[in-house]
Amino acid sequence: MSELLNSTEINIINSNGFEGILNEKLKSEALTILETIQFPTTRTEAWKYTRLGKISNKKFNVQKGDISNISKFQISKEATTLVFVNGFLDSSLCSSEIPNGIEFKSITNSTIEFGKNLKLENEIFHSLNTAYATDGVYIHIKANAILDKPLQIIHLLTGEHCIANLRNVIICEKNAQAEVIQGFFTENAEESFTNVVTEIIVEENSHLILNKIQYEDESCYQVSTEQVDQHKNSTFTINTITLNGALVRNNLNIEVNGENCTTNLNGAYLLKGNQHVDNHTLVDHKVAHCESHELYKGVVNDKATAVFNGKVFVRKDAQKINAFQSNANVLLSDDSTVNSKPELEIYADDVKCSHGSTTGQLDEEAVFYLRARGLSEKSARKLMISAFINDVIEKIQNEEVKLFVIQLLQERFDWEK
Amino acid sequence: MQSVIFQFYFKMITIKNLHASIDGKEILKGLNLEVKAGEVHAIMGPNGAGKSTLASILAGREEYEVTDGTVDFDGKDLLELATEDRAREGLFLAFQYPVEIPGVSNINFLRAALNEIRDYKGEEQISAKDFMTMVREKSAIVELDAKLASRSVNEGFSGGEKKRNEIFQMAMLNPKLAILDETDSGLDIDALRIVANGVNKLKTKENATIVITHYQRLLDYIVPDFVHVLYDGQIVKTGTKELALELEERGYDWIKEEFSK
Ligand SMILES: Nc1ncnc2c1ncn2[C@@H]1O[C@H](COP(=O)(O)OP(=O)(O)O)[C@@H](O)[C@H]1O
Ligand SMILES: [Mg+2]
Repeated sequence: MSELLNSTEINIINSNGFEGILNEKLKSEALTILETIQFPTTRTEAWKYTRLGKISNKKFNVQKGDISNISKFQISKEATTLVFVNGFLDSSLCSSEIPNGIEFKSITNSTIEFGKNLKLENEIFHSLNTAYATDGVYIHIKANAILDKPLQIIHLLTGEHCIANLRNVIICEKNAQAEVIQGFFTENAEESFTNVVTEIIVEENSHLILNKIQYEDESCYQVSTEQVDQHKNSTFTINTITLNGALVRNNLNIEVNGENCTTNLNGAYLLKGNQHVDNHTLVDHKVAHCESHELYKGVVNDKATAVFNGKVFVRKDAQKINAFQSNANVLLSDDSTVNSKPELEIYADDVKCSHGSTTGQLDEEAVFYLRARGLSEKSARKLMISAFINDVIEKIQNEEVKLFVIQLLQERFDWEK
Repeated sequence: MQSVIFQFYFKMITIKNLHASIDGKEILKGLNLEVKAGEVHAIMGPNGAGKSTLASILAGREEYEVTDGTVDFDGKDLLELATEDRAREGLFLAFQYPVEIPGVSNINFLRAALNEIRDYKGEEQISAKDFMTMVREKSAIVELDAKLASRSVNEGFSGGEKKRNEIFQMAMLNPKLAILDETDSGLDIDALRIVANGVNKLKTKENATIVITHYQRLLDYIVPDFVHVLYDGQIVKTGTKELALELEERGYDWIKEEFSK
């Protein structure tokens, strides 16, 4: 194995003898790609506004970690929970009872087929993940199963220059309904890296909600891809809340392959310091009679940068599509930056699509008005920022998750109640 | 008992020789005004005279530069205080153009403001129950629909509703000195009566009101003790409510002729 590793051009991973867990054929395909691939530069369209120097110049170790208490990372107390530390399942921290009608376990114990829709060619992070994934979650919700409690996966990163390559699979069978919560946190981590790929299949008439909270250390990196395959009459909703991390790149690739589907993508990011957060979304409407709704909102302070690139594809025969997309940003400082690029590519003629992108500042008139009523400047700004971001937070239907997000906001931005 | 009498004559605000400019243009050019507790003063004057500028400077709007003069507010140097501290000391400005703030709930922000004011004064926080009772009472004073009171601040409110909301907030905050900037503009006669009645109900011997207006009409309802004419950045004339009637009749041209250099 280590021989293979040494032959790669991209040599940022020191595997420490841990082998990737995907099948040999996929692994060798990925390793072959890694032999010749380069890190994308800002000349690559998909990485135009995101420099990868922070990652490409480092060497990361695959290394197990030890975390004893996860209570502060428990987004939902009632959820059935699996915990991964540095990319390895830590069974001592997991829920012991798994509800009926589902499989919810480490992916190393499953025999499913990976990577059907995931592109490896020219995709360095997908390839790294495919070659080196150490673990991940396998969720299989059986036909007609309606889960009354959410499933929760807590990913923890600890240590210096560590890497977690996680590979998750979520299959929601016909008529099933489920909510999955994913939280990404760190404890005593420095300049460590999470590279996660989640393959999702939302089968006929099933409903899947994914709530994703990213709160890794301000020195850590994350690249995250959700590859989604939606079948007819299904609903897929993902809420991505990004509140910390030095460099975070989210790729949402949604293929809408069946008619009468609904796709909801919501995202909120509140950034400060030198953070860089990049949300790339792609909704590919391949067939007719579907709708997609996308709302991303961000607040950017200090020297932080936010990137939004939302692409909606409507294929030639995909008539009667309603696709709405909106990205709104507030810049709080002179040195903060937003690069927002909505893209619509429409090849059908009977569709209703719209997109909008705004970037502005807090309304200083409103701040003055609130202060003139006795509120401190800090409270006034906090109130306006939370009002702005609230449109997205309100999309989270799970009250526990919503409250957790609000608590994180208070902690991160020093907002007292 | 003596302290009560003293308070009755207490100077609420004393403005001396106030000069202020914006973008290098001088707007207030040596303005003097004194208002005592228990009094109602009206400030009238043509468009562009500097009425809103005066109100904004008193409330602490930072775009204006005060180049000379002093403002004493109940024993404090007003110009030294931050906007929020002026409010906490008991100054209230009803805006000529109330701001719409989408997503910020009117009563939530008022509760936060009220509690920060109480905190400033070293008083206890208001309980949720007492607060709601207060909202009910005070919104009734200006006949503001309770539903409006709890919506986003001024969002989608009609002109009249915005002005009523200003007086509702004034009632909630119970200021020592209220400055009403053209609170009558855009109101039909019924709304005007409601708003004026609200202001009158809030009047006590311990507080004072400065009413900025264009029209004498409002002063039929809120009867002033003094009427001042602000022209070209100064108070050029002071009288009683009869002065307002005269201005209504003769317009401002005679003032302009008399005082323009
Ligand atoms: N932001 C500003 N920049 C430049 N001039 C201003 C500004 N605001 C007000 N002014 C000027 O100050 C003068 C007084 O305005 P204002 O106080 O609004 O008058 P009033 O309320 O009496 O009608 C006007 O000539 C107006 O054009
Ligand atoms: Mg004015």
